[in-house]
Amino acid sequence: MDWTLLVIQMLNGLQLGVLLFLLAAGLTLVFGIMDFINLAHGSLYMVGAYFCATIASVTGSFLLGVLAALPLTFAVGLVLEMLVVRKLYARDHLDHVLATFGLILFFDAATQLIWGPESLSIALPAFLDGRVTLAPGIEFPTYRLVIIMVGLAVAASLAYVVSATRIGALIRAGAANRRMLGALGVDVNRLFTIVFAAGATLAGLAGLMMAPITEAHVGMGNSILIVALVVIIIGGIGSVRGAFIAALLVGMIDTMGRAFLDTAMKLVLSQQNAETAAPALSAMLIYILMAVILAARPQGLFAPKGR
Amino acid sequence: MTTPLSLRSAVTLGGLAVLAIMPLLTEAFDQPYYLDIAMRLMCLAIAAVSLNLILGFGGMVSFGHAAFIGIGAYAVGIPAYYGEYSGFIQIPLAMGASALFALITGAICLRTRGVYFIMITLAFAQMAFFALVSIEEYGGDDGLIIDTRSEFAGLIDIEQTASLYYLILAVLIGSLYLVRRIVASRFGRVIRSAKINDERTQAIGFDSYRYRLSAYVISGALCGLAGALLGNFTGFISPGMMDWTRSGELIFMVVLGGAGSLFGPVLGAAAFLILEEVLSSLTLHWQIIFGPLLVLTVLYGRGGLDGFLRGRNG
Repeated sequence: MDWTLLVIQMLNGLQLGVLLFLLAAGLTLVFGIMDFINLAHGSLYMVGAYFCATIASVTGSFLLGVLAALPLTFAVGLVLEMLVVRKLYARDHLDHVLATFGLILFFDAATQLIWGPESLSIALPAFLDGRVTLAPGIEFPTYRLVIIMVGLAVAASLAYVVSATRIGALIRAGAANRRMLGALGVDVNRLFTIVFAAGATLAGLAGLMMAPITEAHVGMGNSILIVALVVIIIGGIGSVRGAFIAALLVGMIDTMGRAFLDTAMKLVLSQQNAETAAPALSAMLIYILMAVILAARPQGLFAPKGR
Repeated sequence: MTTPLSLRSAVTLGGLAVLAIMPLLTEAFDQPYYLDIAMRLMCLAIAAVSLNLILGFGGMVSFGHAAFIGIGAYAVGIPAYYGEYSGFIQIPLAMGASALFALITGAICLRTRGVYFIMITLAFAQMAFFALVSIEEYGGDDGLIIDTRSEFAGLIDIEQTASLYYLILAVLIGSLYLVRRIVASRFGRVIRSAKINDERTQAIGFDSYRYRLSAYVISGALCGLAGALLGNFTGFISPGMMDWTRSGELIFMVVLGGAGSLFGPVLGAAAFLILEEVLSSLTLHWQIIFGPLLVLTVLYGRGGLDGFLRGRNG
């Protein structure tokens, strides 16, 4: 086994993991306190990427793009919540799924109308665009390392906010019993709006961080959204801690599977069979993981109690 | 009974009559394109009818039904790739493989409830999607071309478009009849009762898990049949047929038509396809209208088209 490659792939897995966490955190928070399932979360990921790409190309500065795109995505989240999502809280999950599916179609078509069908690339500033030497012989792209650090920092601050601040207490109280929270005089609707928009901002952050690597393109959020859904199912819907652990697990397993499964399978299968089966199996790996975990624990690993 | 024909029955009978003479009409007016739309419509209607069995009557919101369409279509395409064109092999394979996939995934999905069920069915369908995308032998992303339609030993020659059309129509009517019989049976009553109150259903002695799983498998097999017909009709199959947006569209057809009504899914599929045709002829960005329309349907269109035709909208 090539140890350098292993370390680099582990870092890649970690990078995918923190990215998935940023998406999953918003999904799971919104579900936890509002019992609302939002398929259009991936659209906010895309919107964040497009805002950043546009502003970065106008101003020539990626960092300015990031700084401006975050409040803009927050604003889109606010408007979305107030116009559509708010009317859906009282409905059942089938209605949530259908309505937010409609929102996806709208966002994808609108994005294509505004920005055109071609994808937008973002140029990284020079200090992010290199590679760092982590250890003798192990080089890793600076920018991917920055993504990991930003993701971990956001995760840590989110954990702090939820566990040690007033708004975090409100979020936890809302998840436990939102009617009681309302009866105690808290403006629950405003809390919902803020949490939804904050989740949107996290999704936007994930999208704009990914954009320099994959380019911003229409529908970019749709496939990663499904993986984020797998993450919150594994972690237990409504649990931020579960989302974090599951995101790292899924990111790691997916990356490792794609990198090493064919080598591993060649040990037991013939060359040709391994080369045919390995790509299919590695693409299915996280879903198999989900199936195994759910077969043992139908509510996921860290499902909040009383749900 | 001499009650006047209700609006709903009139629409149903009228629709069936139009479908029955559609090949003659399109021939007479030389508009084969409309026959294509009608065939696509009926294939999707069969899939929507199969979804309605578990969604409308059983309360199981499967967000992965497009997977069965894909499995059914590939059960025609893969044998054809190896030169096996017999429909007597392909069709049972399509239904059998779909039923098996439904049995394995359903056994896990049905242990969960509500939003978990929705998302797990979605995830399993994605799993099937990615598996097919990564199998290079069968075209991967690019899909497979089916150059010869299923052969039925001279019984019916579906290379003739009109024959294929009537085969699809017969399957549609057959599946409506099947669902009607299932829903009215003791089995169907258990399914419906488990939708309303699963705990009570179990308390009076029914192992509702088994009933729900059986319904899920039947629905999957029927949807696989729809996929086999669709594959025969389009002559081209790709993993795109089982994209998760297709599953979303199937749910929308069922809800738009009226979940839990027998003919609702057919109405829904028709409305969906006609809307798609009209809007996409107006603008390239038709989904910018279609998406919000979907949201409005969810917010204000309770009971679906079927509810509207019965005069009980709301």
